[in-house]
Amino acid sequence: MKITKPEELKQYPEYQEALVELLFQLADDDFILAYRGSEWLGLAPHIEEDVAFSSISQDTMGHAAMYYQLLEEIGMGRADDLAHGREASERRNAILLEEVNGPGHYLQEPRYDWAFTVVRNYFYAQAKKVRIDSLKNCSYEPLAQVAIKINMELYYHLMHWKTWFVQLVNAQGEARERMIQAIEKVMDDFGGVLSLGNKGSKMVEFGLIDSEEVLTERWIQAMKPVFEQANLTMPNAFQMKRGNGRNGEHTSDLESAIATLSEVYRMDPLAAW
Amino acid sequence: MTVITSFERLSEEEKHQRFMERIEAGEKIEADDWMPEEYRLTLIKLISMHGISEIMGALPEKEWVPKAPSLRRKLGIMAKVQDEMGHGQLLLRVAEDLMAPLGKTREEIMQDLFKGDLKFHNVFHMPAPTWGDAGLIGWLVDGAAIITQTNMLDASYGPYARALKRICAEEVFHAQHGESIILALAEGTEEQKEMIQGALNRWWDALLMFFGPDNASTTGTSKQDITIKYRIRTKTNEQLRQDFFTKYVPRILSLGLKLPDETMHYDETQGKWVYRQPDWSQFKEIIRNNGPKSKERLRLRELSYRNNAWVREALSCSSAV
Repeated sequence: MKITKPEELKQYPEYQEALVELLFQLADDDFILAYRGSEWLGLAPHIEEDVAFSSISQDTMGHAAMYYQLLEEIGMGRADDLAHGREASERRNAILLEEVNGPGHYLQEPRYDWAFTVVRNYFYAQAKKVRIDSLKNCSYEPLAQVAIKINMELYYHLMHWKTWFVQLVNAQGEARERMIQAIEKVMDDFGGVLSLGNKGSKMVEFGLIDSEEVLTERWIQAMKPVFEQANLTMPNAFQMKRGNGRNGEHTSDLESAIATLSEVYRMDPLAAW
Repeated sequence: MTVITSFERLSEEEKHQRFMERIEAGEKIEADDWMPEEYRLTLIKLISMHGISEIMGALPEKEWVPKAPSLRRKLGIMAKVQDEMGHGQLLLRVAEDLMAPLGKTREEIMQDLFKGDLKFHNVFHMPAPTWGDAGLIGWLVDGAAIITQTNMLDASYGPYARALKRICAEEVFHAQHGESIILALAEGTEEQKEMIQGALNRWWDALLMFFGPDNASTTGTSKQDITIKYRIRTKTNEQLRQDFFTKYVPRILSLGLKLPDETMHYDETQGKWVYRQPDWSQFKEIIRNNGPKSKERLRLRELSYRNNAWVREALSCSSAV
């Protein structure tokens, strides 16, 4: 089955339900991670990285906007309202991506953790790459088209984070130690990034995306050589220690992020800004 | 070869003479060319201050990047602040080339900033408490920057002139981005309109000070005579401020905003804008890092520099391998 236009979805309510769920996962993941990236602005390890990282965050925010736009076309509400107006419990992003960048606030005493940022972004970018490759064959044509666009930018994001990862894990002393700790921390919640949530089996059945198991295996195959070359043990457990964000389970980090990112929007959600 | 040898034989005075002839003929000086010490030091000070101001200038707007009220505005302001960091990088590289013969690097620029020896622009010491300020910075601060930078587009130092060309082209987009935020607010609710009037009132004096004092008697020092002598710039501070008024006062009024200076008017006989002077003693305090947000923003930059020291260390080790 191929669906080429949003109007055709009305005949297939179950299909639409699975598609909407998937789109919220994709949109909310990119939106919250781009937000975390924007908090780093001006605080990156050097000026060149500040320029590169903010470019990646901007792309990622653009990807979120494209997914929210698809949801708007399906009749789920205005893209801006979907991005700014939903409560934490309505969000479908992985818990790993909502986590704060480190101690402190982006305007006061930020002591952000670059090792955690590199590992989270690299592992996520690879998982996103696996998903995007699968989505290029999505039965919902408009989503397949978006995946092709995103794939072009994603190539550079993945290369960027991989370069950082390889450089820092191969450096001696403090850097390698910090990176190993960051890998452990990321793994505690990485299962949530790979999860498709409660409606995952429906997404697979309708040809929207490959199964969680297939995607996870592809992620492992892509990462294995990198781990081996760096003489690191490949993680074998992808946990969700704090719950599954795909099913609306979240932490207070997401609540405070939403309060900040929608502060101006909430002054008057009906006004034009 | 003979040309080089003969130039080497000239006395310092004759070299200086040749140098002045070159710039007066409109020639561009390049990084490896002979230049008077005063010229080099003036450029280092000017360009490193410009570069570091772009980087510190990202901080007041950065406050509003995560909070921008729509997806479109989030994307716009992210792109804008990224450009500013890019300008900072471009300019620091120009400054680094000039500093190299003196054995100095970017590390010294950062340390001078933290010590307070390297100043950053007065406007970036000011608070930006509302979304209206985010719009106003893009519209009028970038608008003012376009005016001062356009004045140096034909600077005698080639690398700086070329960097400014690129920067000015992007600043035009920034001013449009800012203007678009301001227009949306100006057409919006009463609260939104108050937001921009409040921002204009807050930023007015800082905008006037942006162009620097009229002459050295106001604040004790002014580099404008030296930079004009060396053809780095053409117009004086006051001429630039007048250009700013001519361009922006009508636009401010057309949005239904009130000028925060009721004495301000255009004097036909003098052919210039008459306005109330800002408090220049406050200007001196601000650029000594005693402005309302000076310490807080320097703290952010210094903390991130220290916090990431391990990363720079790891990079320098791995590149040595």
